[in-house]
This record gives sequence, structure tokens and C-alpha cells, in this order.
Amino acid sequence: MTQNGKLNWKRKDLLGLRDLSTEEIELILDTAKSFSEVSQREVKKVPVMRGKTVVNLFLEPSTRTRVSFELAEKRLSADTISMASAGSSMTKGESLWDTIANIEALKVDIIVMRHGSSGAPHRVSNYTKCGIVNAGDGINEHPTQGLLDIFTLRELKGKIKGLKVVFVGDILHSRVARSNIWGLTKLGAEVVICGPKTLIPWGIEELGVKVIHDVKKAIDGADAVTLLRIQMERQNETLFPSIREYASTFGMNTELFKCAKPDAILMHPGPVNRGVEIESALADSPQSYILKQVTNGIAVRMAVLYLLSGALKNEK
Amino acid sequence: MITSEKQVLDEGGIERALARIAHEILERNQGTAHLTLVGIRTRGVFLAERLQTKLSRIEKKEIPVGILDITLYRDDLSEIGPKPELHETNIPFNLKGKIVVLVDDVLFTGRTIRAALDGLIDFGRPKAIQLAVLVDRGYRELPIKADYVGKNVPTAFQDKVIIRLKETDGKDEAVISEGDKS
Repeated sequence: MTQNGKLNWKRKDLLGLRDLSTEEIELILDTAKSFSEVSQREVKKVPVMRGKTVVNLFLEPSTRTRVSFELAEKRLSADTISMASAGSSMTKGESLWDTIANIEALKVDIIVMRHGSSGAPHRVSNYTKCGIVNAGDGINEHPTQGLLDIFTLRELKGKIKGLKVVFVGDILHSRVARSNIWGLTKLGAEVVICGPKTLIPWGIEELGVKVIHDVKKAIDGADAVTLLRIQMERQNETLFPSIREYASTFGMNTELFKCAKPDAILMHPGPVNRGVEIESALADSPQSYILKQVTNGIAVRMAVLYLLSGALKNEK
Repeated sequence: MITSEKQVLDEGGIERALARIAHEILERNQGTAHLTLVGIRTRGVFLAERLQTKLSRIEKKEIPVGILDITLYRDDLSEIGPKPELHETNIPFNLKGKIVVLVDDVLFTGRTIRAALDGLIDFGRPKAIQLAVLVDRGYRELPIKADYVGKNVPTAFQDKVIIRLKETDGKDEAVISEGDKS
């Protein structure tokens, strides 16, 4: 498993942080650190994945993640194609399995996949030789977002162990929160979850997190606070009275944020709904690292693709 | 298999070789104008830093040093897996119009240098790239030649040339470790 005391990456897929060991997470973070320099060069490209093909299969809307993956792939010199469900044969009734089988028949190396159903990439990964990167599956996981949040936090704080990280918002529908919880608890952070009772999944404490419903108490002494959007598109029942009521109870503002540590950092996986979960001025304050997260996303995704493409070679 | 080590450079030898290379660099480039050093990870970086100290002592000027990790430019990257561990490249200055002295410990097949040349060009178009190595052991597989050589060491192809430096190995020396002749 190890070479010179360092871990060798063996997985062809990145499905979630739930499956990864602490060492594997750290290897991705360290590799991402090395890649972060590439995007600052005059020529933002390295010849690592020359001749490799990556398909971005986004069966749910996305801009940030898709653009970030596409840039990461291009900066690694891979050939890339992006597909959305609208405009593909899936609207003509083709099943997901057939779509994947066809992509594989085109000699594609890695499929980056977003799907509305939790577990879809896990199922698909068993049927294909292609490497599968989960770019968000239903309400389950969004591993590269979790990794880039953890990477951003580690870059700013120098460590993860012992940090108090608070998530405020719609935890129930948040795959970002789940990936963060798996990763952060493995790396030794203290994770606190906060939100309306109806938007906190039942039994979440079993993952090793603390649930506090009062925002002020929840963020007291926090090193980092991540705000999550209310995912209206995933709600088909009324889980809280109104957006305005949510904004006044759980919306973060400059005054409230003072309850966290003076050097606390504010994160948000996007898309941001200004005036709902976050006050506009706070989103643009020096303590907000929302755009830094976006920048770091490319390096983290380059690291993931680099490591996975090494494991694919092993299989042949 | 029994391997024996033969020392080809001791601490004083490395020190004198680097001192001579420093003077040669200055003589050839007529001073330190536009001069930068880039060390190839891992030991090339320490050699570049030592050269920097010597150059600034002679010329009383600070010369920038960059660090280059050539992993991403290796020509065997698509053939090997799992992928080699990646380290950070840190060249915090633009190379446009600069004279870059690339520094490495051992020159062998030349493939590392080829990778490094590709990497350097991505940081801007330098005026010139020169190559300094502590040991040249022959057996080039590419048309590459060093401009500054600490010592030419005749070796058999299967021999290993090991450079030990205080920064990583606790002492300074260059040794040949005889390889298996079978």
C-alpha cells in the first residue's frame, strides 16, 4: 500500500468522503496544494493527462462545479466533453446504464457525473471500467466540494484537527454538508450543525456531530462557519413557514457573526442567496472566503483527476 | 547482491566544485544581471541555494532562487501508476528575459532536464537557460549537455550515483554504488 512511507492511490472512482481513509483525504489535500500553483502561471497548463478523455455528464443543473471541472481537466491537458441531460439521448428514453455503456465504448477514461438520485454514481461505477467522479448525487455527497472546503480551511488555519466548524442552513438536502461532515470528523474537527428542526436529518448525531438549533450558541467560538442555501427545488412540502422567517432566524449578518472567533472564516458552497442565508455586506467582507473556495476548487479537482488517472492505468 | 560504495566527492570536494561553478557562472554571464537560479527537487534545490549564497557573497547582490518539481512533465507519466507523489513548484518570479541557471545533482539520461526545460518555458520565455550539475555520469539518451559540471564521473550503466547533502542526509558526499552486473 505504501511507498517510501507515503500512501499510493488505488481507487479508480471518487464517490464520497465516506469511503476514504484519513490518509487518502490528506493525500488529495497535499496533491491539491502542489496543483494550486499551476493556475498562477503564465501558461496555466501541465501535460499530465495528455491523450486522456474526460466526459462531464451533468444530469442536474450546475454552473460552478461544471466550469470548475472543465477548467481542471483542460489545465491537465485532458480532452473533455460536457453533456447535459437536456439535449442528450436520455430525453429520448435512453437509460443511464446505456448512456454510460456508450460513453465507455467511445474509449473515455473518466466520467465526472452529477445525478439527482443519491447513490447513482456508486451503482454506475460497478458497471464500467471508466473512472467515476461523483460531482454531486442527490442529497448524498458532493466529495470534491467537501474536499475544497476542507482544503480552504486547512490553507487558512494550517490544520483541521481541533477546529470548530459550524454548518448553518438546510442540512437535510445538503450533499455538501454530508461530504464535509465525513471529511472533517475523520480529520479531527469538531462539527456543529444548526438549522430549523425540519431541515436537520434525523439521527445525524450518529456521524459524530453536535446539533444546536440556536444560531448564536452554535457559532459561539467557531473557527469557521459554512452557510448553506435553502434548496427550494428539493422541497415538495413546507418545511418552514417562510423565507423571510428563515432569514430573520437563521440568516447570518455582521453582528451575529461576531459571536464566532474574531479570526473566524465564513464559507459558502454557492449559489449564494443574498438577503436569505447571508447578509450582503457579510458576503463581501474580508472574513468571507467564498471566492477563495471557488479558486481552490480547480486545484482540488486537478488533484482528484490526477490521482484517479494513475489508478486506471493499473487496471489494464 | 553485495553493493559497495566508492566515494568520488567528499565535503571539501563538493564545496570547491560549487565555488568554481559560481565563478564560472559569473564569468560567463558577466555578472548577475537578469540571473536567476532554479533548483530541481529535491537535491538540486539545496545546491541552488548554496550557489546563491556563494554568488551573493562574491557579487554582493541577491539572486532569486526558484524550486521546480518536474513530476508533471515526466515523459513516462502515462506509463506508470499509481501516480508519483507531487511536490510544490515555487517560482515566484516571471522568467521572461531572464538567464536561468537550472541546477540538479546528477546528470544521467537527460530526461529530467528535458522535463525541466518544458516546465520552465511555462513560466515565461527566458533569454537563456543554462545547466549546472554536481556530477555528470554520462549515458545520455537525449541531446542535452551541461554548461557547468562539478565533476565528470565515469560509471557503468547499472551503477547508482548517490549524492548526499547535509540538508537531507546529514553529510556531504557523492558516491558510486556498484549495481548488479548480471
